[in-house]
Amino acid sequence: MENSLFYFFSVAMLSCALLTITCKNPVSSVIFLVLAFFSMAGLFVLLNAFFLAAVQVLVYAGAIMVLFLFVIMLLNLPAEEKRHRGWFGGAASIFVMVALMLELSFVAHHEKLASSPASPGIDGTTEDVGMVLFSRYMLPFEVASLLLLAAMIGVIILSRKEKK
Amino acid sequence: MIQPITETIEIGGSEQPLYGPRSYQVLSGNDLGSQLLEISMGPHHPSTHGVFRMDVVLDGEEVVKLKPVFGYLHRNHEKIAENASYLASMPYTDRLDYFCSMTNNWAYAHAVEKLAGIKVPERAEYMRVILAELTRLVNHTALVGFLVNDLGALGTPLIYAFRERENILDVFEALSGARMMCNYMRFGGVRVDFTPDILKRITHIVDRYPSFLAEFEKLLVGNDIIMSRCQGVGVLTKELAIASSVTGPMLRASGVDYDIRKVDKYGIYDRFDFRVPLGDHGDVYDRLMIRFLEMHESLKILRQALKQFPQGGEHINPEVKLRNFRPKAGEAYGRIESPKGELGFYLISTGGNLPYRYRVRPPSLINLTILEDMCLGEKVADVIIILGSVDIVLGEVDR
Amino acid sequence: MNDLIHLIAITPWAIALVKIGVVLVIMLGLVAYTVLAERRIAALIQDRRGPNRVGPFGLLQPVADGVKFLFKENVMPAHVNKIYYVLAPTITLIPALLTFAVIPFGSTLGGVPMVIADLNVGVLWIFSIASLGVYGIVLAGWSSNSKYPFLGGIRSSAQMISYELSMGMSVIGVFMLVGSLNMTRVVGYQHDCWLVFKQPVGFLIFLVAAFAETNRLPFDLPESEQELVGGYHTEYGSMKFALFFLAEYANMITASALMVTLFFGGWQFPFIGFAPNHPMWNGVLHIGIFFAKLLCLMLVFIWVRWMFPRFRYDQLMNLGWKVFFPLGLANILLTALILTMQAPR
Repeated sequence: MENSLFYFFSVAMLSCALLTITCKNPVSSVIFLVLAFFSMAGLFVLLNAFFLAAVQVLVYAGAIMVLFLFVIMLLNLPAEEKRHRGWFGGAASIFVMVALMLELSFVAHHEKLASSPASPGIDGTTEDVGMVLFSRYMLPFEVASLLLLAAMIGVIILSRKEKK
Repeated sequence: MIQPITETIEIGGSEQPLYGPRSYQVLSGNDLGSQLLEISMGPHHPSTHGVFRMDVVLDGEEVVKLKPVFGYLHRNHEKIAENASYLASMPYTDRLDYFCSMTNNWAYAHAVEKLAGIKVPERAEYMRVILAELTRLVNHTALVGFLVNDLGALGTPLIYAFRERENILDVFEALSGARMMCNYMRFGGVRVDFTPDILKRITHIVDRYPSFLAEFEKLLVGNDIIMSRCQGVGVLTKELAIASSVTGPMLRASGVDYDIRKVDKYGIYDRFDFRVPLGDHGDVYDRLMIRFLEMHESLKILRQALKQFPQGGEHINPEVKLRNFRPKAGEAYGRIESPKGELGFYLISTGGNLPYRYRVRPPSLINLTILEDMCLGEKVADVIIILGSVDIVLGEVDR
Repeated sequence: MNDLIHLIAITPWAIALVKIGVVLVIMLGLVAYTVLAERRIAALIQDRRGPNRVGPFGLLQPVADGVKFLFKENVMPAHVNKIYYVLAPTITLIPALLTFAVIPFGSTLGGVPMVIADLNVGVLWIFSIASLGVYGIVLAGWSSNSKYPFLGGIRSSAQMISYELSMGMSVIGVFMLVGSLNMTRVVGYQHDCWLVFKQPVGFLIFLVAAFAETNRLPFDLPESEQELVGGYHTEYGSMKFALFFLAEYANMITASALMVTLFFGGWQFPFIGFAPNHPMWNGVLHIGIFFAKLLCLMLVFIWVRWMFPRFRYDQLMNLGWKVFFPLGLANILLTALILTMQAPR
């Protein structure tokens, strides 16, 4: 059961991700990306990480992608007619892909990831996530919030109208 | 009297002549590179009060340009009236402002009486005043209901208003046989006399109305949402109001003391003690309040008129021969203070049985001309309530 | 009877399916009759009669409405984006129905807990699913390819995101007190005192945000009939139009159910709390209490709609960001301070 669900969500996520970058209509891309986030939330659920699954949908699908859609609607982007792919772009993307694969396999080899991804005894509840976030990963967490604050202030400054 | 006005006025951030053609520069969006959106509100739109269209250019939610378009209900009223006998135009005047047929009738009768030099008996004058003030109540009550409906209050105040309006329309029906198209006034008086029953019913309405008004005011005037939506929105300055010959409650809301009942003292209005309410800011809220205050003053007039109502007398001048009515050659402009503003009829007679020229001065149309000035820089939702506060009836705007 | 219950008890899939089916039927029935109730109550407020012709007291009016909507010609304007135009009403309705899954609408009935899914992140599930409802409206506005729906779609996306934040802020206080995101635990916490008395500010913010999230007056700006004709559903007709309305009422039910659960003690009888034993009738009583509370809150939704004018867009945004958002943060801070002071050292 769990295996088949895992494959279902994985295939759904990968195909939606693929459709996101191949769709010509920007709104369709957004919708497929939302579906991809959903499938990812399904994977989180399979890992017993309910909190992450809910937050994944809430933050990415429910808020960020709505803003994307908002911007796309406002800009009234037309469907793409034709893509221009230079040899440089192709080469660069292949290079990045290979590098990523190497890195992942390197990490997997050294960290010796457990064959069963869900660690026994850890139920991804809000409490557990909160405990880890506010003790062991306190500094990265706060740094990330500072980064977001900086981004927010930047946006406000950029979008503020000049006072006459 | 009238001097050319050369001052300028600031509209939408640019200096424009107060009087005369203006140029509006449509901006190409703000500095973020956004686009302007041109939407056509109307002619079939739920809140344009009829077949009226506004070409609105929006920058986001903000109005940067607005062009009122009307004429969808043009019925050739003035030309038809020039080819019909004087009396035959009386029912047509009902259809101008179909909310206030009594005052339309009166304005037309007033003009013809001026043209032909007809005297109106005292009893008829009292009847006219009573009916005109009842019409003012009908119009202002319904207008407040419509305005609050435009604010988004789904019908509740409107239906309260209509409930009271029905009582008055019932009296009109008993009197003239029609609720809205009364066709009641005649040259030199009115069509049929008041019966004691009618007077009793009117007295009953006048006695009951203040309690309804108190409830209505309590419901609307202090409402936080209404105050925040209406105050400071759609401001019409005193200067612009005078320069564009706005009349009626619109003008008085901008603080100009001008009421034809006081200025001309036509009919018997000099016999009544009433005040002319004036606004301070000229915004939508002032226009709403002016209507409430005018209703109180109308009730005051009604009470006095019912008290002074003569026992006997003619309801129409018996010397007027309605058949083969031929006023002597000349011209006349008769105007009254209709609920919407100055309603005037301009007539030229060549001595025949048809008017040579027949012209209506419709308050709705002229009050509508400054719509763009009031709407520029406001939000799209404000356009609706500003239009609602102007109080237009398309039958009168287009004629 | 007991055999049947036993049979169901050993097959959790069957139980879940039965519960889902029953809840769906009740939800849709409730939606249909909320529409009728809305019309009758509006008539009561406005001194009118309301629909009273179809069936006794007009009780069959929803059936007549449904038949009418189904048999109306399905007009699709030529300028729309067909896929999203058809998809949008469905996307609006489904999240509205899904959110009910984690709400405990009763204690237990024959040993079966009366909640479809007792998630330990229950409220996060509700927020995440409810936040998807906006896609339907935005897509309807965009795919209609017309100006009024477009304005409505833009308004709704901004409005929903803004008020979702306030809504999230308002319930954090509740969960700080309860110490869990699980809805059943939230109900259990309130057996002696309803949370509305402990978190009055939170409830106020939640109530206002719920009005904004369900697009009900005085916050129905995406729809705003007076200026935007019909907003996002201007170009819709027949059953597709009806789906938007079903979604609105379903959202209303969910929001009310959420308020009952979070602030009004869920299915518990006022101030008595948990019954020690759970016989059959006790379970039925609890379900009845839950729905009675639900209907009271829905009455508030309906009542408010016919009493107030609409806010303007900028006023709505100001209210959301400058009043309710800081208020929600202050509420969290205050709750945290009180909790810290009360905590045993």
